[in-house]
Amino acid sequence: MARTLINVPQKAKRGEVIAIKTLISHVMETGFRHDNMGKAIPRDIITSFVCTYNGEEIFRAALHPAIAANPFITFHTVATESGTIAFRWTGDNGFSQDASAKITVG
Amino acid sequence: MSGPARLSIFAAPLLLAALVSAGAEIALNERRSAYDDMSRDNKAMQDDDTSNPGMLAVLDGEALWAAKAGASGKSCADCHGGAKASMKGVAARHPSFDASAGRPVNLEQRINTSRVQHQQASPFAYESKEMLALSAYVAMQSRGEPIAPPDDPRLKPFLDRGRAQFNQRQGQLNLSCGQCHDDNWGKSLAGNTVPQGHPTGYPIYRLEWQGLGSLQRRLRNCMIGMRAESYAYGAPEYVDMELYLMWRARGMKVETPAVRP
Ligand code: HEC
Ligand code: HEC
Repeated sequence: MARTLINVPQKAKRGEVIAIKTLISHVMETGFRHDNMGKAIPRDIITSFVCTYNGEEIFRAALHPAIAANPFITFHTVATESGTIAFRWTGDNGFSQDASAKITVG
Repeated sequence: MSGPARLSIFAAPLLLAALVSAGAEIALNERRSAYDDMSRDNKAMQDDDTSNPGMLAVLDGEALWAAKAGASGKSCADCHGGAKASMKGVAARHPSFDASAGRPVNLEQRINTSRVQHQQASPFAYESKEMLALSAYVAMQSRGEPIAPPDDPRLKPFLDRGRAQFNQRQGQLNLSCGQCHDDNWGKSLAGNTVPQGHPTGYPIYRLEWQGLGSLQRRLRNCMIGMRAESYAYGAPEYVDMELYLMWRARGMKVETPAVRP
């Protein structure tokens, strides 16, 4: 299981622009490197990140081999209603990790 | 992988080194962490616990702290309670003297002593994911605390040895640690600012490593750069050097887990 760190404000005013920050542990092995014996190290990366707000997709990113280990993704959205902001990372070798945070909008 | 690049970076100071003579220790009020020389972005990464990748390992360490292990069937927490209180300041005063070893031991060795003698489990290897995670978790409990090497006369000969090593020219480049870190800090070395070389943030998340690494890994990097023979992980030479580095940084604040480029 990968470790995640999520930063979503617990409270926001309706219509407020909020920053969301996410961090996940992942090697992001490029597939272009070789080990000490000259053997190719197979690619192992996260390929997709999706954020939903009460079920509706609000942000999506495609990830590629040039992205560093432990990808940090930050973006903004508008606080519209109370509920759940959910995150899913998927990638090579069946990798899938979920996380979520609650937000109260008043 | 970073070997060849590192060598060429370090070859540059040959000239620079020829211009300087053996220097003196940095005045206490002139000391600064390499944090101060980092870019705004790297500082922001270290400052925010949800953007500092070192915190991912701290979460692993927190889980290990609570996990039962070994023949004792006990977790670290079963004996020590919450790390927040029991481990506060512990990293700031290591290496410390260990009577049964008859010499100073660093934080990693202290954790392994507890693991083997008290928990009755097998020791964690140096630089293993587990040791880095646990030492990051333990050391983070000292974040913001001043580095406070024990005032223990038994440490004196080891401290002296560490200082002597720091000032000893070595390797094919015939450089000492002090020539860079005492005499030429703040100057530029192939695009990097030479830091004063303080151990305030270990284990660190280094962007070049794409991961966490111990102080000894950092020291190995510098020794390889000097084209000197590095020691095995946990070697007494490294622990003595760590002891001197902690003494040299006395009073500076612990930053663990720090971020470095
Ligand atoms: C069975 C009880 C027991 C367990 C389990 C245990 N310890 Fe300890 N630990 C001790 C005792 C007793 C000491 C103090 C005496 C000594 O240094 O051996 C100590 C000392 C330490 C110290 C030095 C503290 C200081 O103030 O200098 C550290 C660090 C430490 N333990 C970490 C750990 C970690 C990490 C774990 C889990 C991997 C762990 N211990 C598991 C009993 C335990
Ligand atoms: C040629 C100059 C040079 C020499 C000699 C050298 N270092 Fe370094 N050291 C550096 C540079 C440059 C860095 C910063 C990282 C980098 O860019 O590689 C560094 C980083 C460090 C750090 C990390 C500081 C931090 O904030 O994380 C420590 C500790 C350190 N050196 C200790 C030593 C010790 C001990 C020796 C002797 C065994 C030594 N260095 C020899 C140039 C040198």
